[in-house]
Amino acid sequence: MLVISVLAAAIGAGTAILFACLGEILCERAGILNLGVEGMMLSGALAGFATTYGTGNPWLGALAALAAGGLLSLIHALLTISLNANQVVSGLALTLFGGGLTAFLGQPLVGLPAPASFGKLPIPGLAAIPVLGPILFRQDALTYLSYALVPLLWYWIYRTRPGLYLRAVGESPATVDAMGLSVQRLRYIYVVLGGMLAGLGGAAISLASNPGWTENMTAGRGWIAIALVIFATWNPTRAAVGAYLFGGVEALQFRLQGAGTSISPFFLNMLPYLFTIIVLVLATRETVRRRIAAPAALGLPYFREERS
Amino acid sequence: MNAVELTSVTKRFGSVVANDNVTFAAQVGEVHALLGENGAGKSTLMSVLAGLYRPDAGTIAVNGAVQHFRSPRDAIAQGIGMVYQHFMLVDSLTVAENAMLGQAGHGVRLHTAPVERELAELGQRYGLAVDPRARIWQLSVGEQQRVEILRLLYRGAKVLVFDEPTAVLTPQEAAGLIGTLRDMAADGLCIIFISHKLDEVLAVADRITVLRHGRTVTTVERRATNRHELARLMVGRELMGVVADQPQAVAGDAGVVNLEVRGLSAEGDKGVRALQGVELQVRSGEILGIAGVAGNGQRELAEVITGLRRATSGEVRIGGQDTTRCSPREIVAAGVAHIPEDRNGTGLIPSLDLQDNLILKHYRQQPLARGLFLNGAAIGNFADRLLSKYNVAAPSRAAKARLLSGGNQQKLLLARELSGQPRLIVAVHPTRGVDVGATEAIHHLLLAQRSRGAAVLLISEDLDELLALSDRIAVLYEGKVMDTVPARGADVGYLGLLMAGGAQSGAADHGRPMDTGGIINQDVAH
Amino acid sequence: MKLETRRVRPGLWRIERRTAPTAGVAALVPLVSILLALLLGALLLLLAGQNPLVVYGAMLNGAFGSLNGVAETIVKTIPLSLAALGVGIAFRMLLWNIGAEGQLYFGAIAATGLALYVMPWAPTVVLLPMMVLAGFVGGALWGLIPGALRAFLNVNEIITSLMLNYVAILFSEYLVHGPWRNPQGLGFPGTRTLPDSAWLPRLSPTRVHLGLLLAVIAAGVLFVILRRTWWGYEIRVIGENQRAARYAGINIPRNMLLVMAVSGGLAGIAGMSEVAGIAHQLQRSLSPGYGYTAIIVAWLAKLNPWSTLMVAFLFAGLLVGGDQLQISMGLPAAIAPMLQGTILFFLLGGEVLSRYRLTKVRRGPTPDLNPAQR
Repeated sequence: MLVISVLAAAIGAGTAILFACLGEILCERAGILNLGVEGMMLSGALAGFATTYGTGNPWLGALAALAAGGLLSLIHALLTISLNANQVVSGLALTLFGGGLTAFLGQPLVGLPAPASFGKLPIPGLAAIPVLGPILFRQDALTYLSYALVPLLWYWIYRTRPGLYLRAVGESPATVDAMGLSVQRLRYIYVVLGGMLAGLGGAAISLASNPGWTENMTAGRGWIAIALVIFATWNPTRAAVGAYLFGGVEALQFRLQGAGTSISPFFLNMLPYLFTIIVLVLATRETVRRRIAAPAALGLPYFREERS
Repeated sequence: MNAVELTSVTKRFGSVVANDNVTFAAQVGEVHALLGENGAGKSTLMSVLAGLYRPDAGTIAVNGAVQHFRSPRDAIAQGIGMVYQHFMLVDSLTVAENAMLGQAGHGVRLHTAPVERELAELGQRYGLAVDPRARIWQLSVGEQQRVEILRLLYRGAKVLVFDEPTAVLTPQEAAGLIGTLRDMAADGLCIIFISHKLDEVLAVADRITVLRHGRTVTTVERRATNRHELARLMVGRELMGVVADQPQAVAGDAGVVNLEVRGLSAEGDKGVRALQGVELQVRSGEILGIAGVAGNGQRELAEVITGLRRATSGEVRIGGQDTTRCSPREIVAAGVAHIPEDRNGTGLIPSLDLQDNLILKHYRQQPLARGLFLNGAAIGNFADRLLSKYNVAAPSRAAKARLLSGGNQQKLLLARELSGQPRLIVAVHPTRGVDVGATEAIHHLLLAQRSRGAAVLLISEDLDELLALSDRIAVLYEGKVMDTVPARGADVGYLGLLMAGGAQSGAADHGRPMDTGGIINQDVAH
Repeated sequence: MKLETRRVRPGLWRIERRTAPTAGVAALVPLVSILLALLLGALLLLLAGQNPLVVYGAMLNGAFGSLNGVAETIVKTIPLSLAALGVGIAFRMLLWNIGAEGQLYFGAIAATGLALYVMPWAPTVVLLPMMVLAGFVGGALWGLIPGALRAFLNVNEIITSLMLNYVAILFSEYLVHGPWRNPQGLGFPGTRTLPDSAWLPRLSPTRVHLGLLLAVIAAGVLFVILRRTWWGYEIRVIGENQRAARYAGINIPRNMLLVMAVSGGLAGIAGMSEVAGIAHQLQRSLSPGYGYTAIIVAWLAKLNPWSTLMVAFLFAGLLVGGDQLQISMGLPAAIAPMLQGTILFFLLGGEVLSRYRLTKVRRGPTPDLNPAQR
């Protein structure tokens, strides 16, 4: 029973990271590195909570979160795609800006109770399946949405024509350009989609796993999502594995704290961060060994009217 | 009827005018060559036609109707396609997937099977066989070029532009391509063929338009011209030929062996064997040319010798000293100069000034450095001396390297590399992309180094260059040395066969009756 | 005859790429971006129902309006500039060290440990230099972790250095709540107060302390290293073109380790100076995010050591002003980081735009064909 409840909690906690990671996969597949995930998640978390607080409807909150994340990523898109600014610095700026902005605007909302949130919504029938039921099908609506999103994105990337263009633009924008597709348009679309998903990831915290708003409540999950993209080798299904792994670490950490172990809570709190570093080291070694490379044009600006 | 017509096209990049009021027309059913030396504006003009660049002035007409191309999509829609010098292919995708990129209106689901079938049929028809399901990175350079052509045909291109297509092929493959192009023209397509090589232009074209310094010189009928006239039109003066035949090796067999490579193997970037048991010797006062189609281990060979890549087995000895496991710095110290293939990405740092580029290999030596500190005055003197000695045309030593022309950048690189009186020079494509004047200067510099007693390993894809400069030529194919022959009197047909992997170990038999350009001349009488 | 006219209107003006931004433009960009950021901030303030003039006025007054305000600004300039100098040298090599915050904490931990538990008996002339050294070593070691992972295993240093920030802060909290906790602390988490010999001298009556000298010295040393030594040349070459650096025989992994050590070490000295100059103990929230602000400062200063000091002073003013808002108007201090992010956005955009210029096209290429352009 304990194992089942930990696993169920792992999936709940992993949902936020999963959304953000899927978003970053789209963005990086298009060749743009967006280190602003943390900032976009925070803005999504705040927008989601504030809207829900005002309207009482968490679905409107989720929409607001999508919009907030998308809006922030639009800044990054403008700077990196249209103005060829340094992607690393622009992403960092986005994270710093998102953190400051949400701390400033969210001040009045700190500690307020959520009037509504995405509660657990057991799926009739499926929830009764032994073991799997309580783990997978007694979750909230956003988690179910993420279940659908993983295969959908997989199909999109590997089995559709627009997905082919997405894979191509991150590998060789010059080819995509010469073949008559707009590199800029493709990149804008996926950067903004990525931002929207990160925003939704934020809402999955403030409206589902941890209802409420506090300053910096994402606590580095945006960065963990970025690290997971490498673990996932830019593949949505592997992203799900990684996200639930991290959800598991988080769930375990709370479990241990609740059970009153002798380990200092400060060390327990370090777990997700240390785990991220370890996973990143292992994933990097794996990609080197199997020669899986990041999208070849990742992080590089593309300009046409210029000669090398 | 004119398939395409460019009228008064001008294209500038910043302050550089690449095309100045150029007019050009090509007809349905002809092969039209665009001839000019490097930097004459050929590629720019055709990129304008392909919709990649927008002209600053001038018009494009297709089948008599004026068109405005906002992007390559518009050009493709008008049936204009280009085979670029650097292939526009996505390595990780399959042949069919590459063909489908940007194809309008075929639904969301990816249906590759019909595309694969159609590509196979087209390949059959024009003798361009390639597996439509293969991923690009698995294909040889020649096959990749076929993919480019097939893609254009599949997309219904009526005007096909080829940018220096033979540069990456063996002489035999080049002859094959020329045949294919003639077939395509006979089928009613319009073929535009960009080149700076007189012989192949004469072999393939019906008409020839010559560009010089960004302007149209003239358009001539193939039948009404000859090699001599074209050379004069292209360069604007009598062409000397690639440096007249030089006296052979100063020291000949008597020279000291400066570079010895024994049983050398190494891996390429993708983890596949790039070099397999390579055996080479270069003596003092000798130029050894390495011929081969791009991607057969040339880059890896240069990198292993200069310490930039680890050998998996075998031995490299420089001046008798085993340097197989040495760091790049130790190899520089052993007297090795390296002119890398990738001038701007490896050999120079375009964003730094000339002075900083010139000290790249010497910045820790006296008197440029004193202890931990750099000596500004000594560095300034050093830079000025090299700039004037090697005739680098530059405003000052404080100018950024990226502002120099290709030829001057290469001279800058040579100035630095040759200034240390190296005993071994590894030169990879030293004249690629530089104009005729600079090419001559670079050839003279290399020959002067040979006379001084240096050993030169010259890697090039240009057989003419190798034949003119080398004492001996070794052919590299799939990482193996197929054969080494004396350059004087070497037979191009035999070399081409080796480059394609044929005639292995038939070391003594290179008497096939083909002289320089022979295979090409056979096609002239179409 | 129709001309290609879609790019810009009939060829009268067009955007051209400059070969290099002129010095004047280059200097103007940061100023203009700060102004634009303040404008956008004003808009956000209006939306939040505040009068931007009043808010900015209060900030300006708080940071620069009084002797004490200026002094406090200088106090915050010290850690900010030290951390930014460290971040800047790493950025120069394209090592994205965003772990200055954690490195700052580890410097503070090392210096505190030394002063409290290793040599509390030592006289000032010995103890203070040793603490600077300890701070440097603490930060350097913390910076070497992502540095080594990058140099030897090619692990992305952005993520590892950031993750280590969380770890370092949690570790310092563990210390001040646990083994190093002051038993007489009345419930406030923090270590015992450092011995007097471990206090950096102050310029009374202000809190400006000798750490200022450390920052200036650090800037000077970095300037000399980058401009006058072959090590600085190597860093520059690696930063501009790694392949060329390898080709030139430069040992890249070793330089990565060295630079990350120096980068972390400077942030560590920032932590040491906060402990020895201001807090006089290790405590919770020792840094209000100096390590993150340092990233913006370094970039805004174009990685130049002297400009870093100047920009750090301006940003310190922003922080002091933000604090002042919280005290006098009850507004969240987070307005400062929000403005910082906005400034960086405008700077990034502006830098790119400064490489272009609007020029008037003098004449058409062929006048007879272009009557429209006359």
